Amino acid sequence: MTKKSFRIKGAGRLTPARTARFTFDGKTYTAYEGDTVASALLANGVHLMGRSFKYHRARGVLSAGAEEPNALIDVARDAARRQPNVRASVQEVFDGAIIQSQNRWPTLAFDTGAINNLLSPFFAAGFYYKTFMWPKEAWAKLYEPIIRRAAGLGVAPKEDDPDHYANRFAHCDVLVAGAGVAGLTAALSAAETGAEVILVDERADVGGALLFDTSTMIDGKPGYDWAQDVLGRLKAMANVTVLTRTTAFGYYTHNFIGLAERVTDHLPRPGKNLPRERLWQVRAKKVIMATGAIERHMVFANNDRPGIMLASAARTYLNHYGVAVGEKIGVYTAHDSAYEAAIDLKHAGVEIAAIVDCRANPGEAVVSAARALGIEVLTGHCVLDTSGRLRVSSMTVSPNGGDAKRRIAIDALLMSGGWTPSVHLFSQSRGKLKFDKANDRFLPDIHVQQGVSIGACNGTDDLSALLAEAAAAGGGTLSVSGSSAYGWTGGMIGAAEGAGKDTVVKAFVDFQHDVTAKDIRLAVREGMHSIEHIKRFTTNGMASDQGKLSNMHGLAIAAEVLGKEIPQVGLTTFRAPYTPVSYGTLIAHSRGDLFDPARKTPLHGELVKEGAEFEDVGNWKRAWYFPRRGEDMHQAVNRECRTARETAGIFDASTLGKIEVVGPDAAKFLNLLYTNAWDTLKPGKCRYGIMTREDGFIYDDGVVGRLAEDRFHVTTTTGGAPRVLAHMEDYLQTEFPDLKVWLTSTTEQWAVIAVQGPKARDIIAPLVEGLDLSTEAFPHMSVAECTVMGVPARLFRVSFTGEIGFEINVPADYGASVWKAIWERGQALGACLYGTETMHVLRAEKGYLIVGQDTDGTVTPDDAGYGWAVSKKKPDFVGIRGLKRPDLIRDNRKQLVGLLTKDPTEVLEEGGQIVADPNQPKPMTMLGHVTSAYWSENLGRSIAIALVAGGRAKMGETLYVPMKDKTIAVEVTDMVFFDKDGGRIHG
Amino acid sequence: MFLIKCPYCGENRSELEFRWAGEAHIARPENIAEISNEEFAEYFFLRDNTKGVAYERWRHIHGCGRFFNAIRDTVSDNFLLTYKAGLPRQPVPGSAPVSPDAPEGGAA
Amino acid sequence: MVEFATRTLPLSGFHGGSSVASLTPAAPAQRVSLRARPEDVAALSAALGLPLPTSAKTSASAGQRTALWLGPDEWLVIDEGEGGLMAALETSGALHAATDVSHRNTAVVISGPGASKTLNGGCPLDLSRKAFPVGACARTLFGKIEVVVLRTGETEFRMEFWRSFSDYAFGLLAEAAEDAAI
Repeated sequence: MTKKSFRIKGAGRLTPARTARFTFDGKTYTAYEGDTVASALLANGVHLMGRSFKYHRARGVLSAGAEEPNALIDVARDAARRQPNVRASVQEVFDGAIIQSQNRWPTLAFDTGAINNLLSPFFAAGFYYKTFMWPKEAWAKLYEPIIRRAAGLGVAPKEDDPDHYANRFAHCDVLVAGAGVAGLTAALSAAETGAEVILVDERADVGGALLFDTSTMIDGKPGYDWAQDVLGRLKAMANVTVLTRTTAFGYYTHNFIGLAERVTDHLPRPGKNLPRERLWQVRAKKVIMATGAIERHMVFANNDRPGIMLASAARTYLNHYGVAVGEKIGVYTAHDSAYEAAIDLKHAGVEIAAIVDCRANPGEAVVSAARALGIEVLTGHCVLDTSGRLRVSSMTVSPNGGDAKRRIAIDALLMSGGWTPSVHLFSQSRGKLKFDKANDRFLPDIHVQQGVSIGACNGTDDLSALLAEAAAAGGGTLSVSGSSAYGWTGGMIGAAEGAGKDTVVKAFVDFQHDVTAKDIRLAVREGMHSIEHIKRFTTNGMASDQGKLSNMHGLAIAAEVLGKEIPQVGLTTFRAPYTPVSYGTLIAHSRGDLFDPARKTPLHGELVKEGAEFEDVGNWKRAWYFPRRGEDMHQAVNRECRTARETAGIFDASTLGKIEVVGPDAAKFLNLLYTNAWDTLKPGKCRYGIMTREDGFIYDDGVVGRLAEDRFHVTTTTGGAPRVLAHMEDYLQTEFPDLKVWLTSTTEQWAVIAVQGPKARDIIAPLVEGLDLSTEAFPHMSVAECTVMGVPARLFRVSFTGEIGFEINVPADYGASVWKAIWERGQALGACLYGTETMHVLRAEKGYLIVGQDTDGTVTPDDAGYGWAVSKKKPDFVGIRGLKRPDLIRDNRKQLVGLLTKDPTEVLEEGGQIVADPNQPKPMTMLGHVTSAYWSENLGRSIAIALVAGGRAKMGETLYVPMKDKTIAVEVTDMVFFDKDGGRIHG
Repeated sequence: MFLIKCPYCGENRSELEFRWAGEAHIARPENIAEISNEEFAEYFFLRDNTKGVAYERWRHIHGCGRFFNAIRDTVSDNFLLTYKAGLPRQPVPGSAPVSPDAPEGGAA
Repeated sequence: MVEFATRTLPLSGFHGGSSVASLTPAAPAQRVSLRARPEDVAALSAALGLPLPTSAKTSASAGQRTALWLGPDEWLVIDEGEGGLMAALETSGALHAATDVSHRNTAVVISGPGASKTLNGGCPLDLSRKAFPVGACARTLFGKIEVVVLRTGETEFRMEFWRSFSDYAFGLLAEAAEDAAI
């Protein structure tokens, strides 16, 4: 390959002394610092940068910015730090970058997939929809796997992303999106009023169009120099934040703007402390959209060969990067701006083969200037076709409508179909667009948020008008003057000569998705009349560039075939993000340990020391079981279950939800929120309560202790704590606001240590002061405030195991210390520690339900066998009416019952369906399902709880649980399996 | 993401701090134990799900904790008014869209 | 006689921050969640020895005590000295609900020129001096957890949160402090 450099001495703004080396498909190249991958490759004479999606056609870089559809590359630092589908025109080169082309095999120059190009008649619009219709069975086995393999662009990295990402919430008075002439002016104007200003631009450098436009003077300086001056002034102001390499990717409700700041992607060796990208979540009082305009390509036959690019891109490569995109360059345009590219290149010593202008009467000034330099200008002409396999080598030029053809040798072709205002952010803000018929463009009409569009994105073409508009938008008194060398006219949308009606040439509208003008016409002919349908049928505008170049052309072609005006055909909706945003950026800090809070109890450290295995319960880490050396989970749980009933078990119950209900109307309030009656509960006593929703279904349950006339200690399920408190607050604030009662979450105030078993009292007694723990003085379902190890405590005599049980609540910071003392005494007396698994087994042995496991939001207290907990005397409580609904009092509702397998060693599976007749043909009649199933070491057999239709009337009956490989026979029993008379709990 | 003016905090705060709490001005019947099945269905199950101007309950759950009422245009997502719980249904203030930084009284 | 229990602090051993924001666990303090109606505020203020704030986003301090407005009938009262909050409120004679949450909450002090940037790594509030001056406070979010933020100085904040979230809160603060220094 050529060693020749296409750098033009004296052109561009990069420093030749500062270079970076990178590889592209394994070959090493040298770049200047500040180069993009595209400019660096072009400087090395490389135009072929990618293959298209569908036809695998050879493609070069089309643009010099974010709108790039062709030059998508894979950028890597190492195996894990690799990103596919990066635009070569955006990615800055850093020393050591490993760049790969995509969508080709085996090589970019020789790609077997290019066979698709020859087969292209078969791949017309709607090809997938038509071809893979039948047979139906072939979808899953044949079509889908093949399509999936063929589809997609780059290859996603398999390794974890080793980089980190950051998030920042920010507020400002004015957010300016785009740091071109308009954005810089508006930002400075706003900043001078003292407003808090954030100015963002997606490029590394400010200036926007001034990066290529060298003929504009502002405030007496060349435009780019003026931009640098303004940047310096802005950076020196304390009320201004300038963010370059930052994309305002989304404009959401109520002036909420998402920014993606690329912090390290351009750095050769980024510091470890630097986030790769930073997400900014900005709430701006005012948003100034100065997002500029994007140059359109021309739609003509074979307009996609490497070397064919936008005129402004070639001008950017020359004037900013100092690179000539060819040595003999053609121009095909419908707009005056392309002439300036030719003029600049000619001045730089590059040969301009010809300027082909489809218009009969282009702007006089540019034509004269070009001709004065000796450039051939062919007005009223068109480019009918191009040739060249991996790089354009010629263009075929003809007078409009004429037959004469002239083939002109070229190595690059610059196009300009005019400029499309970038109304993406405006449209995302739900602003209404209007169609500017004179200039074939959509412009912002009605802003529905606190935003304003200025400059090129607002259709303001005249520089003086633009500067005035921008200064006014900023709200200050700034006055800036400027002049352009040439006024620009022209522009066209839709297919150019030779690619119109009844032609079959490949004139690309959407490069990335290989959508041609012919495809759009076909879609309309086949009945797609709405632009939304045409878009989906052809996939025009659906690639990762979201149709930044293709939308207007597609629309114009559709309108022409439909015989309608463009506004009648409509415009597809612009959606965020403007350009692709990394998942890492959107997630920011929320990964690893910070993905979701892992809540730890005050005893966590002690549990870890004792070798606990943990399970996640909501956000909590709960001790699951405590395996001893050599024990598996089953053995550990069996031992824990046995020991708890033989001697005692010690359990961390700190996660139990706790709500302090305080005030003179506390009992009255609880009467309304629970099905039970609370005014009859005396201070010092506890009661098990059930909470239903208004519909009568169980919502939560727990033990409530009355500490004083006006103070209750309410417990909730671990997972239910936040929603129970919210549910209570809702009723208190909005239905019963006159009640004098307040609710406070105290879940985390207390460390809760449950000691359960025959020796429970012996274990805790020596640590407790100020309380007689005898059953006579402190019977089951008592609560008292006392002192434990010198700290104020709340002691509950409650049991979730059926054994004599205590729950010691001490202020959380003391929890670990008290736990250690209890465990020390427990060990001496032969007790064990147990976790949630044993807790589940022990409670199931007693038939205690777990809300959310044995109930599912369709279970009433009566269904659960807790009808006794529903007060018959209260005039009102939440759920009182719901419980009377016909469906809730009908016969044969599903009820909780016990199940005993005929084979005592068989443990049912939770979720297993229950039937009466296992031989019934499918679909079988389901009677219910298994909600809890365990091996009970204490009973020497399996036990289960199930919801069964009419279950309580089926006691003793045999039912069946059909599994994949067998059918299990079970007997319906009551739910209490162990200590049926309940004597142990009072021991 | 919405910006919502909490009528208790008196300023616009991020939607992150709030939780939507359903349709507003559906009072729990005083005599709920006695109402008919149809009345119960109307009270508990049936909602208007209005397209356009809707009365909603919100809670500043990660702020002052209070429930309040809001008039929101569900098409434009503009909050036309927010007001304290317990106040009667407030009239829709004008029809012009209200901006995030509207002055006092404009709400939201 | 039994041994006495000792305290284990949820943030013991945590320290960190960056060149622009130091992160220091706050010392244990007595904290009360106080709830009362407007007509009882005067009596409760007298009992506490500080005027309970009645405007949103404000706090009041006297000596070692600070009362933070959390809602129209809700305050978080923090005593970093002798304590005695529950007893003092008891003497007020006014209707109220006081619940001890000394151990429920823990706190980190974020201090330095990058303190507000650090908080804004996870907190959606406008923490500029204009919107959130010294003494301002609010219950809000920090990442995925609920917190109470109090500005204790031009460049210093106290962030209160529930103790089980200590690892998360400190972890996110540490990352945000690191980022604020860039």
